[in-house]
Amino acid sequence: MTPVFDKRIDLDQFIASLRDGMTIGVGGWGPRRKPMALVRAILRSSLKDLTIVCYGGPEAGMLCAAGKVKKLIFGFVSLDAIPLEPWFRKVRETVGQDILELDEGMLQWGLKAAAMGLPFLPTRVGLGTDVTTYGDFRMVTSPYDDGEVLLAMPAIPLDAALLHVHRADARGNIQALGPDTYYDEWFARAAKRTFVSAEEVVERMDLAYPDDARANIVERCFVHAVIEAPYGAHPTSLPPSYGWDMAALKAYAAAAGAEGGWPAYQQAVIGADEANYLAGAGGAEAVAALPLPIF
Amino acid sequence: MATLAELCILACAEAFRGSGEVIATGIGPVPRLGAGLAKSTHSPELMMTDGEAFLVEDPVPIGPRGYDDRKAAGYLPFSRFFDAAVWTGRRHAIVTPTQIDRFGQTNLSYLGGSHDKPKVQMLGVRGFPGNSIYHINSMFIPAHSQRVFVPGEVDMVSSVGYNPERRVKGGNFSGVDLRRIITNLCVMDFGGTNNAIRIISLHPGVTVGMVQEATGFALEVADDLTETAIPDAAQLAIIARLDPHNIRASVIKGNPPARAEGDGQ
Repeated sequence: MTPVFDKRIDLDQFIASLRDGMTIGVGGWGPRRKPMALVRAILRSSLKDLTIVCYGGPEAGMLCAAGKVKKLIFGFVSLDAIPLEPWFRKVRETVGQDILELDEGMLQWGLKAAAMGLPFLPTRVGLGTDVTTYGDFRMVTSPYDDGEVLLAMPAIPLDAALLHVHRADARGNIQALGPDTYYDEWFARAAKRTFVSAEEVVERMDLAYPDDARANIVERCFVHAVIEAPYGAHPTSLPPSYGWDMAALKAYAAAAGAEGGWPAYQQAVIGADEANYLAGAGGAEAVAALPLPIF
Repeated sequence: MATLAELCILACAEAFRGSGEVIATGIGPVPRLGAGLAKSTHSPELMMTDGEAFLVEDPVPIGPRGYDDRKAAGYLPFSRFFDAAVWTGRRHAIVTPTQIDRFGQTNLSYLGGSHDKPKVQMLGVRGFPGNSIYHINSMFIPAHSQRVFVPGEVDMVSSVGYNPERRVKGGNFSGVDLRRIITNLCVMDFGGTNNAIRIISLHPGVTVGMVQEATGFALEVADDLTETAIPDAAQLAIIARLDPHNIRASVIKGNPPARAEGDGQ
């Protein structure tokens, strides 16, 4: 008998796979292709004391505002068209939030070191700036004749990485379409377990979409679970399928200054489950019709 | 008649001159139009993206357009950006930081308070530490004031400048290459004593005293101080083509002309 080889789980099983205190990397870039359905599942859960690693968009503001984050490790936090992330800003300025502020490239370097099982990777980046004032970085001297002093960017090993893509199959083959896949590949390689939500989950990618194999951003041995989550990037963009939802992002930003704080926003918008969330976002057709952002 | 924003676009284009076959990145409408103007005129070797992931040979007009209007000649997504453009030094970026100090160090991370609890949380250092130690950088400041050009040091040094106190012994800072600062008042470079910031051209009607008054540290003045060039009709036509929605009109408060009416020249 052929053993069962199936990585499909649902959002409840996803949450049950995580633990308090984990270090979780979130793929995507600012308000672009973020695994928001997975983030919303964390927001609805009792998980806490998480270390979140990201090129931050709304997931950073939401998770910080909801009190889920012990430490935020980031290359930036921004919603692009809304440059300052409103909830991240509010938490940092009023409550305080432990952070490790990195250059964007240093973050990539930390993930690559973790992926390769190295303690660090050397770089010039960060030297001469206040990144080294606040991060606990050490220097390393080249053992060769040049003797250059470099910053030793420590590995950022992840307990879990969360990605959202267009397509996945039961075995963990995934395809991310669109013009840019950011550093999702390295989040996956740096993680003990990678959870990928997808607009569509098929039985066999080779049978369903054999012509798009170049969109397979990371090999399936680095994908441990797949979760079907249609419109799972909303309110962030998922080109070419749908753009970001600027009205929803503006409402999210306005809520940071409104009465009731985060609990009111979470109750009204994040809601009890994804079906309610999508209905609140205007429904599947409305999200599918969101125009792609122009840069 | 050219506007002050259009004069600044031309000054940004001039900043890109001689950068070589590198990615010209202009963050914000004026620097981006400057990159497009440079590429469309004196520096066809410059490379530009569509603002997202594709390299284009015809600079993409800014503002609303069809998503697929751009014609891709190459590919440079964020996932390749550090390896291809930043860490090889193949880039000249013109950026608009929130603070600049006399060493050319900039800040876009946070303002006031402390790093633990800032008064204003901004973006974080983004790519500035890497950009500044590896490739050419210039700056565009639409409202020249002491709030931007601060005394002492910026609140959070996000990019490397020419501060000897911050040189890590044994570190390689040979890639630090700050070129121009274009503001609504003047153009400056780093050609002063020990890379001090100095005024190299004044926009029409502006005096050295006005610039100094709006700057939180002492400026030097180039011996061959000139008046900043005003774009000609051909340059203005290119700018208009690259900015069909006239977004440039919203960059400098009041969208003043490059030369005030009644100014004798």
